[in-house]
Amino acid sequence: MPVITIDDKQIEVAAGATVMEAAHELGIYIPHFCYHKKLSIAANCRMCLVEVEKAPKPLPACATPVTDGMVVRSHSEKAVEAQKGVMEFLLINHPLDCPICDQGGECTLQDIAMGYGGVASRYAEPKRVVREKDLGPLVATDMTRCIHCSRCVRFGQEIAGIMELGMPGRGEHTEVMPFLEHHVSSELSGNVIDLCPVGALTSKPFRFNARPWELSRRKTISPHDGLGSNMALHVKDNRVMRTTPVENEAINECWLADRDRYSYEALNSDERLLKPMVKEGSHWVELDWHKALLQAVGSLKMILETHGPEAIGFLAMPHQTVEELHLFQKLARALGSENIDFRIDRSDFAGTLAGTPWLGMPVVEVNNLDRVLLVGSSVRKEQPLIAQRLRQAVKAGAQLNLVSVVDEDLLCSVANKMIGKPSALVGLLAQVAKAVGAPMAETLPPDCIVSDAARAIADSLMSGEHKAVLLGHLAQLHPNASELHALAQAIAQATGATLGVPAASANSVGAGVVNCLPGEGGLNAGRMFAEPRKAYVILGAEPDLGAGDTAAAHQALESAELVIALSPFKSPLMDYTHVMLPAAAYAETAGSYVSMEGRLQSFRAAVPPQGEARPAWKVLRVLGNQLGLAGFDQDSAEQVLAEALPGGEAAVRARLNNDITGVAVTHLNAADGIERLGDTPIYQLDIYTRRAPALQATDDGQSAHAARACGDLIARLGLTADKPVRVRQGSAETVMKLVRDDRLPDNVVRVAGSLPAVIMFGPRFGAISLEKM
Amino acid sequence: MSATYTGPKVCLWTLDHPDPASLETYVANGGYEALKKILAEKTPAEQIIEQVKLSALRGRGGAGFPTGLKWSFMPRNFEGDKYVVCNSDEGEPGTFKDRDIIEFNPHQLIEGMVIAGYTLGAKVGYNYIHGEIFELYESWEKALEEARAAGYLGTNILGSGWDFDLHAHQGYGAYICGEETALLESIEGKKGQPRFKPPFPASYGLYGKPTTINNTETLASIPWIMRHGGQAFLDLGKPNNGGTKLFSISGHVNKPGNYEIPLGTPFADLLEMAGGVRNGHKLKAVIPGGSSAPVLPAEIMMELTMDFDAIAKAGSMLGSGAVIVMDETTCMVKALERLSYFYYEESCGQCTPCREGTGWMYRVVHRIEHGQGRPEDLDLLLSVGKNIAGRTICALGDAAVGPVQSFIKHFRQEFEYHIEHKKCLVGS
Repeated sequence: MPVITIDDKQIEVAAGATVMEAAHELGIYIPHFCYHKKLSIAANCRMCLVEVEKAPKPLPACATPVTDGMVVRSHSEKAVEAQKGVMEFLLINHPLDCPICDQGGECTLQDIAMGYGGVASRYAEPKRVVREKDLGPLVATDMTRCIHCSRCVRFGQEIAGIMELGMPGRGEHTEVMPFLEHHVSSELSGNVIDLCPVGALTSKPFRFNARPWELSRRKTISPHDGLGSNMALHVKDNRVMRTTPVENEAINECWLADRDRYSYEALNSDERLLKPMVKEGSHWVELDWHKALLQAVGSLKMILETHGPEAIGFLAMPHQTVEELHLFQKLARALGSENIDFRIDRSDFAGTLAGTPWLGMPVVEVNNLDRVLLVGSSVRKEQPLIAQRLRQAVKAGAQLNLVSVVDEDLLCSVANKMIGKPSALVGLLAQVAKAVGAPMAETLPPDCIVSDAARAIADSLMSGEHKAVLLGHLAQLHPNASELHALAQAIAQATGATLGVPAASANSVGAGVVNCLPGEGGLNAGRMFAEPRKAYVILGAEPDLGAGDTAAAHQALESAELVIALSPFKSPLMDYTHVMLPAAAYAETAGSYVSMEGRLQSFRAAVPPQGEARPAWKVLRVLGNQLGLAGFDQDSAEQVLAEALPGGEAAVRARLNNDITGVAVTHLNAADGIERLGDTPIYQLDIYTRRAPALQATDDGQSAHAARACGDLIARLGLTADKPVRVRQGSAETVMKLVRDDRLPDNVVRVAGSLPAVIMFGPRFGAISLEKM
Repeated sequence: MSATYTGPKVCLWTLDHPDPASLETYVANGGYEALKKILAEKTPAEQIIEQVKLSALRGRGGAGFPTGLKWSFMPRNFEGDKYVVCNSDEGEPGTFKDRDIIEFNPHQLIEGMVIAGYTLGAKVGYNYIHGEIFELYESWEKALEEARAAGYLGTNILGSGWDFDLHAHQGYGAYICGEETALLESIEGKKGQPRFKPPFPASYGLYGKPTTINNTETLASIPWIMRHGGQAFLDLGKPNNGGTKLFSISGHVNKPGNYEIPLGTPFADLLEMAGGVRNGHKLKAVIPGGSSAPVLPAEIMMELTMDFDAIAKAGSMLGSGAVIVMDETTCMVKALERLSYFYYEESCGQCTPCREGTGWMYRVVHRIEHGQGRPEDLDLLLSVGKNIAGRTICALGDAAVGPVQSFIKHFRQEFEYHIEHKKCLVGS
């Protein structure tokens, strides 16, 4: 291994390492702009020029491989002269108006200029001005400030997987711009803000709202997908002003999905519930906490006395903390009810799970997979950063296979795929199970014929060393989810692959681990709606919007005698509630999440709860006290956690298991007719994303509200794309914009779940029709 | 002293024949003989490279790098594709020689590339043709068809069982695409921007495969060397500067055009061949090797021989052999303004010093030319140039600085006059 000396310090580095990497190891800082450890080497900014012994001219540290015996001086007169020369060039056309730039105070150019810039400019010519670009609702531009480091362009190509920004033009006319005036629509687009070393790309919602030195940075964990991204909330005057990633190589690396970055806007939504409210007749009345709790407890007791505990349903959202979910199920059980569930969006609860489903491996292992079967997944929209890791795996040679209900563009090459309508999915996956010779396939009927595509997927999975079968969120929502799970398990077993169930929500795994699930004789979420209860207690909000059957859920809640919600928000949709107790939102409470890899991550409140809202664990504790229940006297979130998971992360791991038993695979034949695909759109996942205006304004946010079908189906029905169409499911109907989406299979209409407009439609999957207006 | 050269010519000898570009003319005069011999005798690649080394053939595109040495860099035992690329992206201002080779002796270039492919183990070659000579793209394609039909190109060449094919690639006129790695990017369909080196094309070239890139005139010289031997080629010129060379003479001479003469010929002879300075004017300065080469004043030029070493010793470069002649009526400030504008306009914009620095230099020179110069401007120009040179990804930065430094070095007075009097010394 070569040995290098930098600034009189010696180090041995791996063959192929660059001078920049060696300097980093030694703790020597070499100024740079274009270099970024996660991106390819561009060597275009020239700021990292260093003096290399025996080299006739200064060399860029980022692109110069270390050779044995190399002697480098990064701060010698020669090196600094070169660096200062580059700094001067960078500044001649850069506006020197830091006081009015949003990046001011956290700008790499500004920082490095302090060390290498001149006192006054020698440049006396007119400066360059560059026209602004519209990159959409998330990223603001000030393109005159661009120093052409190309980090944003490389990010698109190499990390996001889609080159939405390019650098057309030559010389001084080079400009970073989106192609053909398109927006930037990648679900990872906000990362270019962090990457941009100047104020050319900044956050649109945050722009000009605060200065970095006014903000305190408080660490937290993303409340959205189950990855558990580490992030920092930037707080000013007790208000979250923006979110940035906190680097954690094992989880989110240095990235953040747009959903994690911009959902903070919901914290300051007009729909925040700021005071306890109760319904008197058809009117909402604000009460103080004491009276509101009395009323909640009184009404609950009345239901208990008249109908018994089994008449109450306890529904929790999977983005609530471990502490809240633990106290919630404890309260339900103390009251004698086993009707507890967080799996609101599921339709199929069959089979027996040996434990809590999880990724089946550490997140970092995703990068090392060489064979992957993705079942029923829009992974880019479900867990954007898992999609990113899969993309890196594919780039390194992995074969990614897809069996799904939509031919999602995964922005990487897909080795083999089988795409069919939702009712065909079990049949498609059964072919793969048969092709890999899974023992259970012997029970499959003979008309399960293995297609060439299934054979190709099987061949792919039979080779390779690090393999996984991943059950996506679409598969988890599927009306035959348990059959898909059983087939995926059989395929994994037959091929030596790991079965993984990537969690769709921040604490789906945690909710399972603390047993926020129906016990003996209890009802699951589906049955709690199908067999309406007299009363519901909701931890979170809007269970009907996310439900597997939204109509059944909404009707059940509407007809209940009592609905109590511990919610950060109020909305017209939740008019069925009788008592609304304002709960702290995600940034406002201490707590813990368990990520899809079983990692237990605790965090503190970053800001105090708004209005009179209180952390839900405290509200549950007081409710327990007032109901006269034992074991509700914890003083801190830490105490609750210690009670919920006495063994900490080890206790979590002991409860993780993807095995499923007791499932008969029977739904092998596709249904006739047109079917609905009722997915959960990326920005409709939870109560926060639904209230984040910037996210809603993105292409992904907007397209969620359309009905989508492939061109063949649109033509056959005599409809016109981009025109309104009447959509009908069961007895419900609405008018939506019809959008052509040739990635959908024939006879499928994608009408998302989680949309107020279609709440009366019923099951996420089922017969649906489109009619001309 | 003779005003004509009557000895053997390497590249443009076909012009002495009625139908210079035709396959018949080429074959009737010994064309493709070298290839036939190599294929028939299965001449080892090492032997061919030895002859090329012996010939002292140096790159004709501008850098003057020894061709034999460059060829020896190609990995011999590499399994997989390798490429030979001809750089006909003749964009250096003042240069117009490669186009004449393609127009008047395409088959010698084809033969040269086929021999290169054979020697370097490539199966495919590309000829990257400058965007502004698009009409030659057609004639080149026609010549390729002729060669294929006659069995000199394509599969099973001359019954040897060996395959090699050639493709033309049309550039779009960007100067930077003449830089070899930008040229490769352009062939790959990307934006023409130079790559950072190392790795060099010999290990990571076109599509990431080992690639040798030579200038048109260089490759066209190969068949002559193989037919007559490396020593004969060397004897045409002078030690370390083998062969004849095409000089493109432009500017203030009576007979501008291409002249093929032995390397080492006195500049005075070349000037005479070109009919001398126009209108009986006095010679003022010469850019001896294309716009990137530092300018030299008349008194230095008149003492020089035209070869790589002599001109380098005098502080300039033989470059591509584009000789730009300027007489006493030339305003050196205006000339530099035009040159600086070229580099400002053609900088690819990838790396900072060149993107920002070329525009800065141009704007300052522009001001001086337009009567808005400041006393500190000349030192500023030299300082800016110093911050560009040697700090960029490719040589365009240095090329842009060369004229600025040399014009000020040799004609500082004229610049100072402009600054002080807000007008031109010449003609005033």
